[in-house]
Amino acid sequence: MKQVKHRNSASKILILGTVFLFTFFNPVFGQDEAAVDNAAVTEASSGGDVAKGEELFKSLCAACHKRYKKAVGPALFGVADKYDRAWLYSWIKNSAAMVASGDPQAVAVFEEYNKTAMNAFPQLTDGDIDNILAYVMEPKADPPAPVPGSDTASGGGESSGVSANVILAILALVFLMLVVVLFLVNKTLRSFAEANNVELPQAEERTPIWKAFIQNQFLVMVSAIFLLLASGYFVYGYFMQVGVDQGYQPVQPIHYSHKIHAGDNKIECKYCHSSARVSKTSGIPSLNVCMNCHKSISEVADATATEEYSKEFYDGEIQKLYKAVGWDTDTQAYTGDTQPVKWVRIHNLPDFAYFNHSQHVSVAGVECQTCHGPVEEMEIMYQHAPLTMGWCINCHRETNVKVADNKYYEKIHKELSKKYGVDQLTAAQMGGLECGKCHY
Amino acid sequence: MKNTIKILAAAVVMICVVSCKKDSKPNYQFMPNMYEPLSYETYGDYGIFPGGQEAMLPAEGSIPRGWMPYDFKNSQEGYLLAKDTLKNPIRYTKENEDAGKELYDIYCAICHGGKGDGKGPLVQREKILGVPSYDDIGRAITEGSIYHVMYYGINSMGSYASQTNEHERWQIVQYVQKLKADLEGKTPRIDTDATPTVVEAKVEEEHHESTEDHSNAH
Repeated sequence: MKQVKHRNSASKILILGTVFLFTFFNPVFGQDEAAVDNAAVTEASSGGDVAKGEELFKSLCAACHKRYKKAVGPALFGVADKYDRAWLYSWIKNSAAMVASGDPQAVAVFEEYNKTAMNAFPQLTDGDIDNILAYVMEPKADPPAPVPGSDTASGGGESSGVSANVILAILALVFLMLVVVLFLVNKTLRSFAEANNVELPQAEERTPIWKAFIQNQFLVMVSAIFLLLASGYFVYGYFMQVGVDQGYQPVQPIHYSHKIHAGDNKIECKYCHSSARVSKTSGIPSLNVCMNCHKSISEVADATATEEYSKEFYDGEIQKLYKAVGWDTDTQAYTGDTQPVKWVRIHNLPDFAYFNHSQHVSVAGVECQTCHGPVEEMEIMYQHAPLTMGWCINCHRETNVKVADNKYYEKIHKELSKKYGVDQLTAAQMGGLECGKCHY
Repeated sequence: MKNTIKILAAAVVMICVVSCKKDSKPNYQFMPNMYEPLSYETYGDYGIFPGGQEAMLPAEGSIPRGWMPYDFKNSQEGYLLAKDTLKNPIRYTKENEDAGKELYDIYCAICHGGKGDGKGPLVQREKILGVPSYDDIGRAITEGSIYHVMYYGINSMGSYASQTNEHERWQIVQYVQKLKADLEGKTPRIDTDATPTVVEAKVEEEHHESTEDHSNAH
């Protein structure tokens, strides 16, 4: 084993050495290549700055245009070859005026895209437009080739993991061998003893422990009581959790990750669950709300993919949304062929309890996370709170009523705080424990 | 030997009992008829409905209570007409501005940014690109165009008519106008006139009714 390790480290030194060498050579080559590239681009696009163009494109054009894919407007790669540059200048600055003046090319584009007018950009100079065109005319980059340096690094990490496993395996093997050796030694010694007629001490017969236990009546009594109490405790615990769905985590028809939407991208809860502001139920958003963003986001970024869920998996889930809502990505239009998404309801109060979201969200200003837990960290949604009556009551006892800037509470708060002799009233003191408030 | 078999059997039974509790299935209930309503439950799965879904679109032609028709068409002409002629019926008060800010931060700021400069979290993370700043001179937004775009959506932006009601949209319009004024370095408009206009009172009333209607519908 040791030898192998040795060889490994030798090869590592070799690889490290090569990487070390390459780190010196790479930048030199890289610079050369970049210079050549730049020269080629400037030649091809008559003096446009790609970096500046990218910035402008992302802030102005990318709402409707993608480079290699049709969006609201056409894909822009190749547009500089298709149209005359002067025509492009005037089209980008004010397309509506060109259509109105009856320019045949302008009218043709306008008609092709369902008479969607392109915004005017009078703030752009010809130079800006050159920059944008230079960026747009860049051919699609191939996925970046794996960098040799990073490769060896990850390889090194893996080999250290493997060696830890190997050490564990060796230890286990040694232990096993020890056991076997002990057993064998014992056996040989016994056979020697037998051969030499040495008498081994025999364990004398004793009353079995269970018989001794039954004979001791006090012990039986104590253990019976203990057993009864213990089983009572567990049976009570079991019955108390019947009907409580804390931790319930069903499989949903579309793998919607709250972690990506509410956590990483910081989308407000009420953006999608907008009815929580104004109604009893915090509704599941209809699919048009999903399409507010997913009209333009048809695939996830590479950085979104995790070890557990790949990019292909997430992209497939977005395709499920498109299928349900009937969105054709090629024509960028709704087909009208829709299917319901049968979301599985997680939080469900029994029919005899009344709960109103708007009262808690809008009036009391309770954070969604108070009851629903760290939703922004949940890859798969689950029920955080037990949603039992004791849990409701507890919160009503501890939470002060938010009376600031709320004229509705002014009078009653004054009188009740006099009655209870406190400055801040809890929800319970305002009547939050009355049966009829929730059960009627 | 016999003992080991017994212990193993007990262990297997215990494991079976424990593994029966699955988080992907709801728990048992004492008396389901106290929990499950006789009526169809919100978002319930019932075979009687098309697609098996209780959640459905309202019948064609139905009108929510307090809803007023919006006369401008969802087209380029409608957009231009609204931009020129549609005016905000509510007064520009501090309360409306605060309410508008709250709604703006929920629905708009995620792309348009808290300051209206088109640099919201989604834009900074390059999920959605090309969100214009409110002082963009090519668009030159007005009260009417802001409302129109919120109502129908435009290009990549979707409609927000399902998430907000009429009064709320006008409050957002006021706040967007304030952000635009801030970006342009002007003083935002605040009405100090004590007498509310007739239109304003009417919209207030509608607002209350439509909120009520919301809670019934869901």
